[in-house]
This record gives sequence, structure tokens and C-alpha cells, in this order.
Amino acid sequence: MSQRLVNWFKFASPASFYPLAGKMWPWFAALGTVLAAVGLWISFFVAPTDFQQGEGYRIIFIHVPASWMSMFIYCVMAFWAAIGITFNTRLSGMMSSALAPTGALFAFLSLWTGALWGKPMWGAWWVWDARLTSELILFFLYIGYIALTAAIDDPRRADKAGAIVALVGVVNVPIIYFSVKWWNTLHQGASVSMTKAPTMAATMLWGMLIMALAFWMYSIAIALYRVRAIILERERHTTWVAELPEMQR
Amino acid sequence: MNAFIAIVRRDLLLAARRKSEVFTALFFFMIVVSLFPLGIGPETAMLRRIAPGVLWVAALLAAMLSLNRLFAADHQDGTLEQMSLSPTPLAVLVSGKVLAHWLTSGLPLVLLAPVIGLQFDLSARALGVLMISLLLGTPVLSLIGAIGAALTLGVRGGGVLLSLLVLPLYIPALIFGAGAVEADVAGLGAGGHLSLLGALLALGVFFAPWAATAALRIALE
Repeated sequence: MSQRLVNWFKFASPASFYPLAGKMWPWFAALGTVLAAVGLWISFFVAPTDFQQGEGYRIIFIHVPASWMSMFIYCVMAFWAAIGITFNTRLSGMMSSALAPTGALFAFLSLWTGALWGKPMWGAWWVWDARLTSELILFFLYIGYIALTAAIDDPRRADKAGAIVALVGVVNVPIIYFSVKWWNTLHQGASVSMTKAPTMAATMLWGMLIMALAFWMYSIAIALYRVRAIILERERHTTWVAELPEMQR
Repeated sequence: MNAFIAIVRRDLLLAARRKSEVFTALFFFMIVVSLFPLGIGPETAMLRRIAPGVLWVAALLAAMLSLNRLFAADHQDGTLEQMSLSPTPLAVLVSGKVLAHWLTSGLPLVLLAPVIGLQFDLSARALGVLMISLLLGTPVLSLIGAIGAALTLGVRGGGVLLSLLVLPLYIPALIFGAGAVEADVAGLGAGGHLSLLGALLALGVFFAPWAATAALRIALE
């Protein structure tokens, strides 16, 4: 057991994580591309036309996975923030800041596709509904995190301050969600839930789940790629970076 | 406890010596609120409807104005560092500073709100609910704001950044605070909203000084 713990902490050092991330990200990228191709094929050619919503419903194949990922990435960010504060590891802060732009991107994508879907379905680009509003606030939380870490010059201090913002945010997300929910609700209930059988056709569900997996793989790949860039930038004064083969060229 | 009282007294004394800062935030609140009837039009039915939201949004903005100064002066002259070295836990001292901040920025708004509410033709009953909601809500603003103020201490463009960080976190207080008055006007009773606001306050009192302290320690490194 202790042996395994030691092995895990070995990768908490940027010097040993950098090559590992370099080996891993192409695999996740390839997996993400394949899954996205399959998912898009299912969502455009296999999934039947919805009898109520017509062809427009196909937006959900992007919209729902993007919303899921935007929320999930915030939790992952907060997880790394907590690890970073508890164990005082440098890599955790780098992981958080590598994840933030992807999370913000998905939050934006989810709002954008939601607007495109809302216009034909509800007849409005935007409604002040609980889920839309809390997604918008989540987007603001991402922006706040990115702005704060960008404004602090010392990267270690930026990481720690960002970690507190992420943790305060993750405590607040459920409070914000429920306050907005009681404030106003119009959005259709969740079509997929953990507790009851989904209310959509199996092929649609498969398309959505595969797209969600594709987005997941994309997020991992891009986060690893970005964390490598962050490691290089912050550790550029160290000898191990200078000895890297890509630095020799 | 002595240290807590001492820090509250000290911050109140400092505020009393620099009265203009307190009054600037108050007049800001009054001006922002007065802008809305000018922008929207003076129909009383409409004003009565928007009053709770307008007053609450103005209160959020006024709280933001004074938050910058919560730790800045103490950080500059090194008092904050001495506080972090003192035998009293820093969280206690931070709570004292937050209480003093509320007494100088939140409490005046609570007392001023009924007067401004009259301009919006709110009934006496609605004014009472508005006051209670502000009384419960403005301490939450000071508490959450303290986390933001500690995080942006000595950071470039701290003021704007502070609003970006803190305003999204204020949303629940805004919703329940303004919602309480609206629910009461609609005849639904404000009890539920006020209880939730009280719950937010309890959570804030417990967690916010702790998070603000952690943020201050990072800033002091």
C-alpha cells in the first residue's frame, strides 16, 4: 500500500509528470477523435428525427455533453485545488489552471448551443430559467478564476488564490443552483437521470453518451497538453527542462 | 474575545476619523437607486414592482465599493502581518474586521433603505420586510466580500477583479433578499425567503472568516 502511495506521489513532480503527460495526451486525443466521429455519425445519420422537435433537436448531442463537461470540469478543478492546498503540490495548481479554459469553453458552448436550440423550440434566444442562469453564473465563476490567476504574477500565489476561489465556488454552486431554481423554472426537466429510466430513444441516448465520452477524452487530452506547456513555462530555469530533447533543437 | 472587541473598536474608530469614505458609499447607494426612476419612468405601479430588486442591486454595488479598503490599509502599513503573528487566531481578527465593515457599510444601508423605499411608493409593511431582508443579507455581503478582498489584496486591477469574483457569489443573497419583499407584496409571506437568507448568514459566519484567513495567509507569504 505504501509502495503504491509513493508511486502516485512520484507523478506529483512536474519533472516526472511532463513525460507521462506527453505519452498520454496523443492517446486521449485519438480516442476523442474516434468517439467524436462515431458520435456525430450516430447523431446525424442514425438517430431518428424527433416527432415533436424535428431536426433541431440534434443540437442536444453537443449541448448536453458540453453542459455536463462544464459542470464536471469545475468539480475536477476544485478537486485539484483541494489537493494542492492539502499537500502543497505544485502540479495540482497547474492542473487547475490547465482545466479552467476548457471548462469556460464548454460553459460558453453550452450557452451558445442552448440559445440556438431555444430559438426554434421556445421562440426565444434566452429565457431567465434556472438552468440557463446557473450555467451563465458558472461561466462567470470560470472567468473570475481565470482573471484572478492571470492578475497575480507569482505563479505559486496565483495557484493558491485560484484554489480558494475554486473551492469557494464549488461550495456555492449548489446554493446558486437551488436559489436560481426556486427563483424561476421553465427549462424542461432533465431527460437523463441516474434514478429513473431515461425518457428518450436508445439511439439518441447512445449518441449523447458517446459524444459526452468524446468531449471527456478531448478535455483530458487538451488539459494534459496545456499542463505540459505550463510546466515548461514555469520550470524553464531548471536543468531537467534544459536537458529535454525538444529543448536541444 | 477581547481582541475581537478591540479590533471592532479600532476599525470603527478609524472609520469615524475618515467619515467621508463611509458617506461616499452611502451617497453612491442613494444615487444609483435614484437613477432607476429617471431611466425607467415615474409610474408608481412600475416603481413599486422594481423597488426591492433595485435597492438590493444598489446595496450589492455599494458593498463592493467599500470592500477594497477592508484589508488594504492594514496590508500597506504592516498591521496585517502583525495580526497574523498575534496569539489570537487570525480568523477571529478577520471576523472583527468584517463586523466593523458591516457596521460602517451595511447597517447604514439598512437604516437608509426605508427612506429610499418611500420614493418608490412601497407600503409600510413592505418597507419593514425590506429592512429585515437587508439586515439579514448585508452581513452576508460583507462576509463573502471579505474572501474576495483578501484574495485580491495587492493584485493588479484589484477593484474590478474583486467585483468579477464576488458578484456571482452574491446572487443567492440578492435572490432571497429581493424575493422576500416581492413574496410579501404578492401575499405569499416572506418567511421562507428570510429563513433561507438567515441560513446563508449562518453558513457565511461559519465559513467565510476561515476562507478569508486562508486567502490572507497566501497574500502575506
